[in-house]
Amino acid sequence: MNESLMISAEQKKRARNVGFGYMGLAVITLVIFSRRPGDAGFKLTEGGANLTIPAQQFAWIFGIVFIGLGAAQLWRGLGKVSNIVLALATAMFVMSFLSWATSGESFSLVGMLQDTVSRSVPITLGAIGGILCERSGVINIAIEGMLLAGAFTGAVGASLTNLWFGTIIAMLTGVLLAWILAVFSIKYRVDQVIVGFAINFFALGITSFLSFRVLVPNPDYNSLVPVMPISVPVLSKIPFIGQILFVQTIFVYFSFAAVALLTWAMYRTRWGLRTRAAGEYPKAAGTLGVDVIKLRYRNLLIAGAVAGIGGAWWPIGTVGRFDQNITGGRGFIALAAVIFGRWHPVGAFSGAMVFALAEAVRLKIGNFDTGIPSEFLLMAPYLVTLVVVAGFVGASRAPKAAGQPYDEQ
Amino acid sequence: MKDLIKSLRYTFLALVASLLVGAIIIVVTDIDALKSGDYGKAFSTVFTAYKSLFEGSFWSLRSISNTITGTTPLLLSGLAVSVAFKAGLFNIGATGQMLAGGMTALWVGFVMSGPGWLQVPLAVLAGAIGGALYGGVAGVLKARTGAHEVITTIMLNSIASFLVLWLLKTTTFQREGRPDPISKLISDEAHLPRLFGFLDGRSDLVAHSGFFVALLATYAYWYLLKRTTLGFELRATGLNSDAAKYAGMKSKSLMVVAMLLAGGFAGMAGATEVLGTYGYASTSLAGNIGFDAIAVALLGQSSPIGTLVSALLFGALQAGGRSMQANTDVPVDLIIVLRALIVMFVAAPLLVKAMFRVKSQVTAQGQTFRGWGG
Repeated sequence: MNESLMISAEQKKRARNVGFGYMGLAVITLVIFSRRPGDAGFKLTEGGANLTIPAQQFAWIFGIVFIGLGAAQLWRGLGKVSNIVLALATAMFVMSFLSWATSGESFSLVGMLQDTVSRSVPITLGAIGGILCERSGVINIAIEGMLLAGAFTGAVGASLTNLWFGTIIAMLTGVLLAWILAVFSIKYRVDQVIVGFAINFFALGITSFLSFRVLVPNPDYNSLVPVMPISVPVLSKIPFIGQILFVQTIFVYFSFAAVALLTWAMYRTRWGLRTRAAGEYPKAAGTLGVDVIKLRYRNLLIAGAVAGIGGAWWPIGTVGRFDQNITGGRGFIALAAVIFGRWHPVGAFSGAMVFALAEAVRLKIGNFDTGIPSEFLLMAPYLVTLVVVAGFVGASRAPKAAGQPYDEQ
Repeated sequence: MKDLIKSLRYTFLALVASLLVGAIIIVVTDIDALKSGDYGKAFSTVFTAYKSLFEGSFWSLRSISNTITGTTPLLLSGLAVSVAFKAGLFNIGATGQMLAGGMTALWVGFVMSGPGWLQVPLAVLAGAIGGALYGGVAGVLKARTGAHEVITTIMLNSIASFLVLWLLKTTTFQREGRPDPISKLISDEAHLPRLFGFLDGRSDLVAHSGFFVALLATYAYWYLLKRTTLGFELRATGLNSDAAKYAGMKSKSLMVVAMLLAGGFAGMAGATEVLGTYGYASTSLAGNIGFDAIAVALLGQSSPIGTLVSALLFGALQAGGRSMQANTDVPVDLIIVLRALIVMFVAAPLLVKAMFRVKSQVTAQGQTFRGWGG
């Protein structure tokens, strides 16, 4: 009873925040983005078809739309469609931002979005690793370490043998680290955050150490030809979308599949119900005959496998080599995506996309001259994330038992 | 005192255990020696590496000075993570808070001109305030909107690094005649006095009195936790925020206070780096310290003494690791592995006990971050 009342108060507050958020977007669009006359040219296909956007007019239109959305949100709330509207509004805002930043120049929109999808892979797979653990009641701070170790062994394995073997080695590395996390946190009941961080440090240290001591003197241990993108037969012919989603490496398809599979399994299978129960109220699950310990072990190992493959994306999916600390904190971004997506695979996937978009925009936008110092443009994605998380996502409820060791008695 | 001895003993055993594992790692990765079957060489590498690790951290005045220099920012930023842990918050943002504090301290350091006894404390204070305000942002966001501090502090780290990059290119901060983002030098009076300044002609002894700032901050942290109502409320909120709420504590303002304190400590870390170690600011001012600080806090189980001991240990390893890399072909990154192993062994008392057959009760687990909270 009380619970539902509290949620509705919370929701009301969030709806209001979102309303103010739209107003803020409107102000930014109208005040800043409408300042620059000129057309922004977006390349829509690899060939040539161009979309030319008159930046100024677009900013005016979008600004007015944002005011309308904000008013509707403050007046009534948008109810069920609010998430979809939010996604559309975000896309509009990004478009408006890009056309402002690139006005007078030409810019490959397809290229950037393709890059976004590709960059989302390790974040998505890391986040799936996080969700699998946390939904079953174990905090996984060690995503970064699993990604990094997977990247290292993947690079070495693939250089010495072939790409498949390298990916499998990376996967097994993730499993090994997850097993360490499992033994310490489930069996020895060590603080899960401590073990997780120790694993991160261990992975960072050992991969840097080995890359200086072993890979530098033996360069042939660390050079491989990464996989090529695969065009999905029919789907890749869809204009625009096909180029972005279906001309990608196998890692991208794997991450799509993993998100879909986990969403289905988590909410439609017996395993999923048991996993969620183990994460929320393990005692009850145990009483009803679920082997919580075994379930947690198994889920952790799967999580490690997925995160290990996510790590293999660096050497095998893109750059073709391992560098010291190549993951650069993406594991923590994945952790943020888990929280951002409220421990739901699709939510985490969209979080990963947001962060990957931020990265792709950052890499592109630094070159354009907008009259504003480039550092502020580079900072913008993080600021937007901060605003989105603070104003739109708000408090998220974690699985209740995450972080607590389980007593069998 | 009993706690200190106990925690020292466990840390020592964990150190020995991780050095053993580290030795195995050094031998196994000596591929050339193993290929040629020269096991003697592999083992002698271990010996020289550990010898210079030890000599580089404690053996000479210079080593001790390097250890102190390395410990100072680790201790201060370790406190920044610890105080947040005590209140049940996970502060990944020590890097950003260090940058903020470093920049404000730098500004006071080169804008003001006055006697050192006035300027140095003012600059350190400015650093603490700058860091506190920046840390407070995450606290306010969490209290007002529920935005999780793990996300916000990560984002604030990136934002801070771009802000610093921009600031270092403005005419206010950039050094004259330099095209790269590097700041003006602070005035001579604003330097934190060097600890061994009384020894003539030893310019290699870089340790500065920022170490005393860090020790004072540790004492302040201890006093806060053990002797003040605020400290009690912070701990209570961290242990069980619902219970604390029912007992009438204002958990939201406590969150903000905890992050302000955390930012203040980290800001002082940035300040002592700028005013003591470098004398100017660059983009690499904070380095990996914010990240290492998490390990310091975890190893020290967020207690004042524990944080001090683990910061000293990590600082010593860092100083020794540099000389190890200089004297042998063992990369300095080995110390990151050693740190991870130490944290692991300390966190798993059962394991160390089994290895060394120590008889005692299980040590009380210190407080870190228990679950994601609401």
